[in-house]
Amino acid sequence: MRGLQRGGAAIVGVAESDLGAVAELMSPIDLMAQGIQRALADCGLGLREVDGLFCATTQARTSAMSLVEYLGLPNAYTDSTIVGGSSFEIHVGHALAAISAGLCRVAVITYGSTQRTVGRRAASAREYNPYETPFKPFLPASAYALAASRHMHQFGTTREQLAEVAVAARQWALLNPAAWEKKPLTVADVIAARPISDPFTVRDCCLVTDGGGAVIMTSVERARTLKKPPIYVLGCGQSITHATISFMPDLTVTGAVESGRQAYAIAGMSAAEIDVVELYDAFTLNTILFLEDLGFCAKGEGGPFISGGRIAPGGVLPVNTNGGGLSYCHPGMYGLFLLIEAVRQLRGEGGERQVAGCETAIVHGNGGVLSAQSTVILGTQAVL
Amino acid sequence: MENAPASPLATYLAHLEQGRLAYQFSPEADAPVFFPRVICPKTGSANLEWRISTGLGTVHATTVVHPQQGGPYNVALIDVDEGFRMMSRVEDVPPEQVRIGMRVQFRVHRPGGDEPPCPVFTPVEAA
Repeated sequence: MRGLQRGGAAIVGVAESDLGAVAELMSPIDLMAQGIQRALADCGLGLREVDGLFCATTQARTSAMSLVEYLGLPNAYTDSTIVGGSSFEIHVGHALAAISAGLCRVAVITYGSTQRTVGRRAASAREYNPYETPFKPFLPASAYALAASRHMHQFGTTREQLAEVAVAARQWALLNPAAWEKKPLTVADVIAARPISDPFTVRDCCLVTDGGGAVIMTSVERARTLKKPPIYVLGCGQSITHATISFMPDLTVTGAVESGRQAYAIAGMSAAEIDVVELYDAFTLNTILFLEDLGFCAKGEGGPFISGGRIAPGGVLPVNTNGGGLSYCHPGMYGLFLLIEAVRQLRGEGGERQVAGCETAIVHGNGGVLSAQSTVILGTQAVL
Repeated sequence: MENAPASPLATYLAHLEQGRLAYQFSPEADAPVFFPRVICPKTGSANLEWRISTGLGTVHATTVVHPQQGGPYNVALIDVDEGFRMMSRVEDVPPEQVRIGMRVQFRVHRPGGDEPPCPVFTPVEAA
């Protein structure tokens, strides 16, 4: 995302909609609207001030149109880029560009899903692929499992190390009152759970919940007049390397290398300057891959890097502080929640899970089957 | 211009029907192209040749799927010797015995009914 300005816009409001298992017949657009209302209240702006809508859901083919109708905003600037769970990190870059170009002044990025209520198959029907579907991969899990087989083969990453990612996520989730999972989890529990697609058991896989939310972005000048301290967008990047796992260029290296490089370049920062890390953990492997690809450790060393509680509460690097897609909430396209948690940490609103002295955050979204990678770097006034 | 007489997928499936694993080759890029397309992604050229693979390959990645109903089965990515990768499965061995690096040989699986044939692999040792 070359051409974007460091600190060119700020996030001023964030909120989740209802999460977990929502009321019967609640629609994805209802959840978007609920998130928008709460996020606007978070920053003190009104609905009539919104003039940019960035949205995605698998349950509405023309979600921008549905949302415009629902909110009565016929002249809003719209963008419903959808590349899976990282869509919302990409929307941050697009909203930054739109605000900088004067296309809109108050941008809403929003998501809603009722996949737990309606069933995963109904919420996101899989397209037939003549080169993959005949072999019945259990997607998306089998795609990530194939990548895990390579990581284990090439670098000696162990079953226990993968399980430790889930255990760390659960420990963070136990500090988050909004998290779906409420009970402790051990490495042995993860390994003994129901097998899904080797090496993964159900505990290596993200949750299936309902949920949604919204993030409000505006210009830096406007942001400084609002209720809470602005959280500045310092850098953005994206890279889409493939759509199907058969054609991923290297199963052990993701587009996060490139999206991270772009985001760090705009921000003028490196991994060493990041205080809190929010990564899309659709599967336990993801956390390991993205820590490597975003420069927190060398390629192949992600397994040892996360071992021994190093990314759990009290560890050396706080990663996925809300409990992640593995233990907090995962309505199908989880990327929006990474942004919400990063903003809360930067504002000091993390409650029991608050990371001390948190001024910078990296948010990394993943979409498809390690396909669409997008990185956003956020920071407080102190680092602008 | 006249419309294309056959889609890339239809050509690929027609070869499979005849027991052949076909792929495309881009002369300008001097590289194989798979999955089959109407243009070469490296050059943008519509000049793509069809070639027939020897059907030999190596397991690149492997998983065992555990469905809620029915027995576990293998899903693998195969590096075919001509330089392209494809999803398939390795048959004739228990799914958990499929290993990265295993040499495999293509054969056609014919599911019957309305389903098209698909390429599967068996271990070279057992062939």
